[in-house]
Amino acid sequence: MEKEKNFKLKPLTYVFLTLWALIVLFPFYWMVLTSVKGYGAYNSEYIPKLYTLSPTLQNYADAFTAVPLARYFVNTVFFTVATTLIMLAVTILAAYAFARLDFRGKNLVFVLFLSLMMIPNELVIITNYVTVTNLDLRNTFTGLILPSVTSVFYIYLLKENFEQVPDQLYYAAKVDGTSDLKYLFKVMIPICKPTIVTITILKAIECWNSYVWPRLVTDDENYFLVSNGIQSIRENGFGRENIPAMMAAVVVISLPLILLFLVFRHMIMAGVSRGGTKG
Amino acid sequence: MEHKNIKAWLYLLPALLFLGVFMVYPLIDVFIYSFEESYNFASQTYTGTGSYNYSYVLRDPYFLQALKNTFLLVVITVPVSTGLALLISVGLSSIKPLRQLYQTVFFLPYVTNTLAVGLVFMILFKRTPYTDGFVNLMLSWFGAGPIDFIDGSYAAKMFVMCLYTIWIVMPFKILILTSALASVNQTYYNAARVDGTPAIRVFFRITLPMISPTLVYLVITGFIGAFKAYSDEVALFGTDLNAAGMNTIVGYVYDMLYGNSGGYPSYASAAAILLFAIVLTITCINLLVSRKHVHYIS
Amino acid sequence: MKVTLEHLTKIFPGRGRKSREQVVAVSDLTFEIPDGKLIGLLGPSGCGKSTALNLLCGLLKPTDGRIFFGEQDVTSLSPEKREVGMVFQNYALYPHLTVLQNILFPLQNLKGDKKLTKSEMQKKALDAAKLVQIENLLDRKPGELSGGQQQRVAIARALVKTPRILLMDEPLSNLDARLRLQTREEIRRIQKETKITTVFVTHDQEEAMSISDSIVVMKDGVVQQIGRPQEVYDDPCNLFVARFLGNPPVNLFRGSVRNEKLYIGEEPVMDMKGAEDQDVSVGIRPEGFILKEQGVLTCSLSGVEVMGRDVSVVASHACCLEQTIRAIVGSDTKIDLSNPVIRFDLKPEKVLVFNAQTEARLRVKDAASV
Repeated sequence: MEKEKNFKLKPLTYVFLTLWALIVLFPFYWMVLTSVKGYGAYNSEYIPKLYTLSPTLQNYADAFTAVPLARYFVNTVFFTVATTLIMLAVTILAAYAFARLDFRGKNLVFVLFLSLMMIPNELVIITNYVTVTNLDLRNTFTGLILPSVTSVFYIYLLKENFEQVPDQLYYAAKVDGTSDLKYLFKVMIPICKPTIVTITILKAIECWNSYVWPRLVTDDENYFLVSNGIQSIRENGFGRENIPAMMAAVVVISLPLILLFLVFRHMIMAGVSRGGTKG
Repeated sequence: MEHKNIKAWLYLLPALLFLGVFMVYPLIDVFIYSFEESYNFASQTYTGTGSYNYSYVLRDPYFLQALKNTFLLVVITVPVSTGLALLISVGLSSIKPLRQLYQTVFFLPYVTNTLAVGLVFMILFKRTPYTDGFVNLMLSWFGAGPIDFIDGSYAAKMFVMCLYTIWIVMPFKILILTSALASVNQTYYNAARVDGTPAIRVFFRITLPMISPTLVYLVITGFIGAFKAYSDEVALFGTDLNAAGMNTIVGYVYDMLYGNSGGYPSYASAAAILLFAIVLTITCINLLVSRKHVHYIS
Repeated sequence: MKVTLEHLTKIFPGRGRKSREQVVAVSDLTFEIPDGKLIGLLGPSGCGKSTALNLLCGLLKPTDGRIFFGEQDVTSLSPEKREVGMVFQNYALYPHLTVLQNILFPLQNLKGDKKLTKSEMQKKALDAAKLVQIENLLDRKPGELSGGQQQRVAIARALVKTPRILLMDEPLSNLDARLRLQTREEIRRIQKETKITTVFVTHDQEEAMSISDSIVVMKDGVVQQIGRPQEVYDDPCNLFVARFLGNPPVNLFRGSVRNEKLYIGEEPVMDMKGAEDQDVSVGIRPEGFILKEQGVLTCSLSGVEVMGRDVSVVASHACCLEQTIRAIVGSDTKIDLSNPVIRFDLKPEKVLVFNAQTEARLRVKDAASV
């Protein structure tokens, strides 16, 4: 239907939206801007300038040489990939059992499962910390990864999706002598690919940004992830005086996710509105 | 049949194992910890059981400060961010050109590392001997300031903390509200137009009731999220939040567990359970209040 | 209130990247709706009837042409200023408001000197509810009502501010068959009581024929024919209208006019005085057949369907454009099923002849069966 042209409200709406867009974008701009300002130039600007005429990449070189930023980076990539893959395997198997297989006690187990969704991470992290410390797993990838791999919510989400696959397909496959596992890989997973991609992306974002757990179980720089790395740079490294270099590190850390977002924009936004939470 | 049972349990085994070790056991354990008095982390011994941990935490000025900070954060950011997100979503839904672009831009904070971007906020607001920072530059255009937002007065610090929290939580709310608005059937708006309903009345009598379940969902998740605030504060004020006077309940839990004042899992457990109790209570109140006022389409 | 449409045209700009072609939804619509009448806008889906309705209520603005309510030009008026009531296809009842609140809703929008007091509103709402007989449902929510009840609420809401025109978009399409019958009589009754000029849109010819004072048959955005239902049925102006109206549908044959005689196959079936030789399509209404041993049209008998009041003879013919011919004859007719051949005489007024290319009706003054 045609909307009445509202000559007063339309421009006002655009002004308002643009204002918020500026508030969102400005920190990103400032981050990039500061990261290309020279160390001397930055420190001599008592009144900060909104542009720079002599951009430099020196800060990026500094960020990578003064602290093991590359190491943090590699650690995080490894942590993210490993955690996400194990999570996928565990989630798919469990969701399949709940959705497709029959076994005694299924409903009871599922209800217990759902009730776990209400348990905040903060409540269980204390014992996990003690467990990991006692098992001597501090400063290891095992200690970092294992407690992060299960997500009740993703199992729930995938189970719901698996259940939408018609029963007939399963019976047809059974008649043809397909095993359960083969059916899972050849039929269920391809059909439910969108949901699987969604939880993969959401988990990857979560891993890339995780801070609390890595901070608790690592104090050896060699096992720092980017979040801990940046915090350590700020408090113990060059971050206290060399702000442009710190901003360079911030840019490096932020870039992968922003690129991922720009490429998979629709998928990520659809995924978050279906199952994501934040804050 | 037996065979089938075993196979199903095998599929579930990894999930059950992980959940058992890292969720169910800790859940029970945290209650036990919280009642074990003078637990020694090194020797793993304790002297007795009782509610001392709770009374200690409740008398700890750091905890009370954290409680106050968290409550203020919740009370300020949840209504402001939800209201602002509603305004922005309504704006977004009313335009056609550039809508995609705006939506993409508005979503950006969701995919950023909060620790990293928090540092940018810190730089923007911080006052150092070399510079007053960008925000103070802006304030000076209006003849105000300079204010030290990071190491200055409590109100200033609280302001930055709320602002950053709102900045971080907006993308999720805008996304959810925009899709809720889009799902309202256009016929209702046509019917209202034929009846000559003023825009304001359409908004309050039609749009708002129709999306009220979504609003309730956002308010509840917003409350829960804000009560668990921690890493945003670390990004702004550093890891020693107690010193900055800007600790949160979750921060207090972690500090009790680890760090300068750490090594007290019993106190941490008591504080975590208190947090859980608060969140649970508030969520229940939310649900009760909303049940009266929300229309759920059957 | 008399409604006049003058050369009303609506063109939608092309959408999508691939097809930029514009769509002519309604083209040069011109007709007049007399005061207090009920008009059915009839046509297959996509014929522009809903667009026409939306132009009338003002949700769409025409590309060209004008609309008058009485003597007032309302073409550029927004919907709320036109004082129309509209019943939407899915009723558009606000699910969070009670029936009463739904009916009150339009009244609460009135401003200025039209503003009503609370008790006036209440009274008007109750009157409207009484008119559609839902006064016992006022405290319910729409979700708790049946389809027929929701329909009545929607009508009450449309009528409560005493609109100048009542518009209905497929008002019966969401109801089951029995309710549809009941509700259409109800609509007719309400329209007669209120005497509000009413336009309603439907794709169901039976529905339109049964309650309209006049029907407007549309196809591809163009009006095909306007008239009283029986007139249009008896005297369709082209093949489309003839096929669209009538249930069972008209039987179609390939035929030709030769020497002022109408032929189906090699059999002359009717005189066509003054008509030129040409290929034609012949439409024969099911009730236009008379069983007769020496009849003019020879068909092969396939079977007989007895449906209480009527008997319909199912037959086939080489020149028939469909698989079967369906002829309705009285139930007292005796038919010999063992004879594979059946012959009919035709009622001339039920035989409709169209030019095979233009599909326009060929009219003959003194058509008579041979």
